Amino acid sequence: MTEASAVPDPLAAIRDEFLALSEHERLELLLEFANELPELPERFRDHPDLLERVAECQSPVYIFVEVEAGRVRMHATAPREAPTTRGFASILVQGLSGLAVDEVLAVPADYPQTIGLTRAVSPLRIRGMTGMLARVKRQVRERGAA
Amino acid sequence: MTVEFDPSPRFAGYAHPERLVSGEWLEAHLGTPGLAIVESDEDVLLYETGHIPGAVKIDWHTDLNDPVTRDYVDGEAFARLLGSKGITRETTVVLYGDKSNWWAAYALWVFTLFGHEDVRLLDGGRDKWIAEGRPITTEPSSPAPVDYPVVERDDSRVRAFRDDVLGALGRTPLIDVRSPEEYTGVRTTAPAYPEEGALRAGHIPTARNVPWGRAAAEDGTFKPVEDLEAIYRSEAGLSEGQGVIAYCRIGERSSHTWFVLTHLLGFPDVRNYDGSWTEWGSAVRVPIAQGADPGDAPAS
Repeated sequence: MTEASAVPDPLAAIRDEFLALSEHERLELLLEFANELPELPERFRDHPDLLERVAECQSPVYIFVEVEAGRVRMHATAPREAPTTRGFASILVQGLSGLAVDEVLAVPADYPQTIGLTRAVSPLRIRGMTGMLARVKRQVRERGAA
Repeated sequence: MTVEFDPSPRFAGYAHPERLVSGEWLEAHLGTPGLAIVESDEDVLLYETGHIPGAVKIDWHTDLNDPVTRDYVDGEAFARLLGSKGITRETTVVLYGDKSNWWAAYALWVFTLFGHEDVRLLDGGRDKWIAEGRPITTEPSSPAPVDYPVVERDDSRVRAFRDDVLGALGRTPLIDVRSPEEYTGVRTTAPAYPEEGALRAGHIPTARNVPWGRAAAEDGTFKPVEDLEAIYRSEAGLSEGQGVIAYCRIGERSSHTWFVLTHLLGFPDVRNYDGSWTEWGSAVRVPIAQGADPGDAPAS
């Protein structure tokens, strides 16, 4: 169970929330997450250069991670026409923001495969979230070390 | 009991104008008996955010692909799916979706494998419908289930497999509809993020690169027939007598090109290689060419 213990509480809670639902309801929950993705803070809106494109997603999704006093904050933006991608980003924003650097780095790379969406959403689409998580961790590594 | 065709002069030049409908036509025909509207998107949740009133959703992956084997569903599953969406064998099906109808064209191609006769695309797809301010609803459609007959797929006419492509090298023209970067074999992602889906980069030797999007205008509609003739006949050198095989990464973008060549230009023998680069680029010992040059067929 060493691996399970590396999933931080907020992400574990989100996972459990999905797993408690039927496959169809999981899609509805993902849509709720998509609708909850917060707007980018003002300071990023004029600085698209700060944002990193997640190439693993077919839709244009951009992320930016801040580390302040050892705490991580993640921002993401994706178009309204890409609700699945917005949902993935929103899960990570809600599940990672406020965590310590080490906690984010310890998130298993296969977390996206554990939340019960692989069949409802398709493995191909889940890859987008895997790529997003990998990029978040890389940014945290870079900024956490700085 | 086919629903009347869209007589719009915009479509008149195409080989099979009955395969397209305009937004005006569809809005005027909402609720017509015998007409089903099907949304098929890249994004599995997009339909839920709002769709054409009465439209049902068919997802290319979760509905049309077999969950275990890399193949499409069989006749029984297809019959179950369409029956549950209120579609009979005689129903006129208008498909539309995001991304200039990539996925709608893909679904239309799969419907064709099962020989569903009357399938059409909404020209311009979802984006144009919304841009024109036409009605959208989040109310789920719940058509009464009907019986759809079990018809086995016919993979022999519009589908190509890897061995067909190997046998076609140097004989049948190939069209690679991916981006130039994918075609030439340039890797655009950072080294720390290996490309998933194919182990090698490049294209199938002899394939000409005609990115799918060249057939689409800014607003996602298909370009006029003269433009399509210039691209596919003059530039890519295609002609009726020899057949053609189109491919991309998983067969979705090439379905769009398949639709253009088959229904808009009227080529008689167009096949879509749905294994596409995710199969070819990982297969052992198949020939691959890199760079902008199509390359030669291997000596046999």
